[in-house]
Amino acid sequence: MQFSSRRFADVVVASPVGRIDHANAGLFEEALLPLLAQSNIDKVVVLLDFAGVEYISSVGLRVLMAAVKQAGAHESRIAIACLQPIVAEIFGISRFDRILDLYPSVPDALARFSAPALEAFNAVKDRSAT
Amino acid sequence: MRRIRFWGTRGSLPVALTAAKVREKLRAALRGASGRVFASDVEIDAYLDSLRFPVSGTYGGHTSCVEIETGGSEYVLCDLGSGVRPFGQAAIARHGAASSQTYHVFMSHVHWDHIMGLPFFTPAYIPGNRICIYGSHAGLEAALRRQQDQPSFPVDFSIFRASIEFVHLEPGKPYDIAGMSVTTKLQKHGGDSYGYRFESNGRTVIYSTDSEHKLTDPEETQAFVAFFRDADVVIFDAMYSLADAISIKADWGHSSNVVGVELCQMAGARHLCLFHHEPASDDEAIEGALVEARRLEEITRTGAPLRVSAAYDGLEIEI
Repeated sequence: MQFSSRRFADVVVASPVGRIDHANAGLFEEALLPLLAQSNIDKVVVLLDFAGVEYISSVGLRVLMAAVKQAGAHESRIAIACLQPIVAEIFGISRFDRILDLYPSVPDALARFSAPALEAFNAVKDRSAT
Repeated sequence: MRRIRFWGTRGSLPVALTAAKVREKLRAALRGASGRVFASDVEIDAYLDSLRFPVSGTYGGHTSCVEIETGGSEYVLCDLGSGVRPFGQAAIARHGAASSQTYHVFMSHVHWDHIMGLPFFTPAYIPGNRICIYGSHAGLEAALRRQQDQPSFPVDFSIFRASIEFVHLEPGKPYDIAGMSVTTKLQKHGGDSYGYRFESNGRTVIYSTDSEHKLTDPEETQAFVAFFRDADVVIFDAMYSLADAISIKADWGHSSNVVGVELCQMAGARHLCLFHHEPASDDEAIEGALVEARRLEEITRTGAPLRVSAAYDGLEIEI
């Protein structure tokens, strides 16, 4: 599993890639929770772009639950965008779709959270396209 | 081992169908039968068999009680939930009250839903019967006696006329009982619970109820994977959704269909049987959890298929 993140105005978009299973959920946790702790201080939203996540096991979902609780305790926010179909099914089966704030795409989520973040995201996208 | 027969499958509290729920089922069945003509009971049965289980049946019912048919003459049971009452009546109907029988009973733990059937287990009142109660809890006998103390129940434990023996099982140590190798394993549950691994003639059945699996400690996870390894059937506590089990019901000592699929896949088990259903779940909710567990198994399968079923009172599984 790989993990990267980038800040767009008042939103941090984090992008895990690969399988979040029993073997590497710990790596996911090690990457995510400090990012979330910093976001609590900076008062920014953490948006997980799950476009590159092929599978998530119960242990990975448990990390997300811990993240939601941590965010809730600090009145900050975490959301997830762009679930692959298999991962979306796993979220439904586990009922995590009722707990997590889910969006079809990163721009959809940013549009909901912050106009400056969406603008910054689109600017980067436009630059990469040219 | 030949067969598993479920006499009680509900967690926490017995559940009965309400008149309104029966009516819902009848309405759905009659709607489906509209315009059909049934010439015989065989045709009616064929029609009923074509209906979804939540329409034609019910998950019930009684609290935990599971029979394992060993092929020998002695009975083997897991837990003494309210399902042991109909089991006892069936045993008497089969042999007659005068015929002495031996019953081996393996206790997961002594929470009320797992012991509440004993005062209503008629064979315990009949002289000549032998009842061996096994478990890994030090307080097993005291708990069973206490539930029949005044003022909780009018008939004291001392009234039983069967020979009742209590046998302590050391966790992790295999015992030869009723022609099977029996091993217990400590599980995470309030006051502790123990899972059972039954092995005989190359067949393995796991009875693992009232057990919470966080799967965050690799060593602990691997210990359960080894306990479930290559089992023919795993009877598994799938009381809650995963989201509930790790949020509002965390540390309540129960597990989910999702974790059942994951553990059985890791262990190479062949059949996962969802058990200890939440009393608030109706037949449609339990059927939904079953359908979703099957789908999860399908989309995450990497090896041989894992069969998934949901236990109901009266279900028989050939081993």
